[in-house]
Amino acid sequence: MSIKSGSLSAHAWRQIKKEKLAMLSLFIIVIYVLIALASVTGLLAANWSKEVGASYSAPSLQHIFGTDIFGRSVLEKTIKGTEVAISVGLVTAVLSITIGVFLGAMAGYFGGFIDEMIVWFYTTLSSIPTTMLLVAIALILGKGMLAVYLALGLTSWVSLCRLIRGEVMRHCEREYVQAASAIGGGHLRKIFKHILPNVSHIVIINFSLQFQTAIKSEVILSYLGLGVQGRPSWGTMIDDSKLELARGVWWQLAAATIAMMFVVLAFNILGDALRDALDPKLKGKS
Amino acid sequence: MNIWTYILRRTLYSIPILLGVALVIYVMFNLVAPNPAAILLGRHATAQQIVELNHELGLDRHWFLQYFDIVKSSFTFDFGRSWSTKQEITEMFKAGAIPSLTVSVPSFVLATIISIIISLFIAYYRGSMADKVTVFVCVALMSVSSMAYILFAQYFFAYKLGWFEISGYDFPNFLPYVALPIIISVVLEVGPDVRFYRTIILDEIYQDYVRTARAKGLSEKVILFKHVLKNAMIPIITYLVLAIPFLILGALLIENFFGIPGLGAITINAINSSDFPVIKAMTILSSVAYIIFSIITDVLYTLVDPRVRLK
Repeated sequence: MSIKSGSLSAHAWRQIKKEKLAMLSLFIIVIYVLIALASVTGLLAANWSKEVGASYSAPSLQHIFGTDIFGRSVLEKTIKGTEVAISVGLVTAVLSITIGVFLGAMAGYFGGFIDEMIVWFYTTLSSIPTTMLLVAIALILGKGMLAVYLALGLTSWVSLCRLIRGEVMRHCEREYVQAASAIGGGHLRKIFKHILPNVSHIVIINFSLQFQTAIKSEVILSYLGLGVQGRPSWGTMIDDSKLELARGVWWQLAAATIAMMFVVLAFNILGDALRDALDPKLKGKS
Repeated sequence: MNIWTYILRRTLYSIPILLGVALVIYVMFNLVAPNPAAILLGRHATAQQIVELNHELGLDRHWFLQYFDIVKSSFTFDFGRSWSTKQEITEMFKAGAIPSLTVSVPSFVLATIISIIISLFIAYYRGSMADKVTVFVCVALMSVSSMAYILFAQYFFAYKLGWFEISGYDFPNFLPYVALPIIISVVLEVGPDVRFYRTIILDEIYQDYVRTARAKGLSEKVILFKHVLKNAMIPIITYLVLAIPFLILGALLIENFFGIPGLGAITINAINSSDFPVIKAMTILSSVAYIIFSIITDVLYTLVDPRVRLK
């Protein structure tokens, strides 16, 4: 068995390219992002609020997902919902990773009192069940996108912070960090230039996990009336459909569920493939 | 060190955590939350009314006293009254506990047994097609919104086919009402559980003691069930014990959809009517439960695993 040498990321990319399912997932995610971009710029579904047919028309060739109570195209609403889902996933993941990496690196690198305070802070937060914390933050901040971003971002950084703290602690004792100190590297240089690139695989794996968790949580917040207001999201579509099912109107639920399932599934599969490819402990095994 | 000294020390360690939780709750509900006058008195309240209300709710007192009230309530469980129903919150919670537990305990037990059996099975046949398909099905199950499961099952199995009650609750004759909610919870739980248990079991399978056991000629079955499972029990127990506080919280969405008057439904009603005292109380109660159960987990850890030394 020969292991090709090369950087971890080059190795990971080779690994992932071999996995057909992972490449398909990546392709699906890219398509969703493109749809979201087209929706933001108005290329797609710009007229989602326009009446295109009778109220509750069943799916047909003309409207493949049918229409809703106001005769609006469910397909266009689903596309508009992609914009919300991708933005919620992206903003939440970036927010929670920023907090998690920053606090984790501080705690792991400086240790001592700073470490104790940060550990105390995240142990405290993780003692409050996430559902309650999520609901409380969303309720207190009021309705709307900003509340969704903040509630999801502020409740999801703890596990990443723990991992980063542990890894940074390990790396601090390595020779390469000592060498960096010996040639006069400052704290910030050592943290950002030397240590963090070595733990970036954790961040990447976490990103895909956070992204899909956020998409799923948006649906629940929307059902509780704490989510997105005044524009379609998959959450509000599923919420609407609870009154429609008894009348046999299933297409709004189906459209939102299927749209959500594919992107969440793609992130799950890609996340697993990334973990297998990026975890240095698994490099060269099997 | 004596086990009792350990328990005492571990309990003392959680005091700063409890104080921290109270601080987070104070900041959220007493500082950041919108003024209750806006919710309780409506838009046309006079300045006089607002001052009186703030006095009545104790919001004009020194911040430390307000904070101390939260700490105190996490020991006394005296949370005051709900804004919308005017009931004692503790009484509401007592009434909601039984309906919640009749759904969450059976789901928890069933989901755990089913998941452990499936994950042992696929760990035994690891790498095979059966393993890959099962893992894929688990991921696919997890990718569908929990709302979609609830809506579909309630519509199809309860409304269309009439196999279960659509909504409602009765005690002690609760089975027809909780059967479908339990099935949905199990389906929601099995996906993540199987993946989690499988990872834990496979982590053990590459350990040296397994190689030793194999070298001395033990069969794969004996290794898996006698050696691997025993060691895997340690993380599994941690995971299970820490899941117990969430059983008390109940399943928010499921209770709400099926009209089960449990703690989850109480919480959702409180969210819909901006009933801050109830949500605050629920947050305190579930956090205290979590802290207590994390102490229990650590104590169990030392009992199950002799390698964990009490230092």
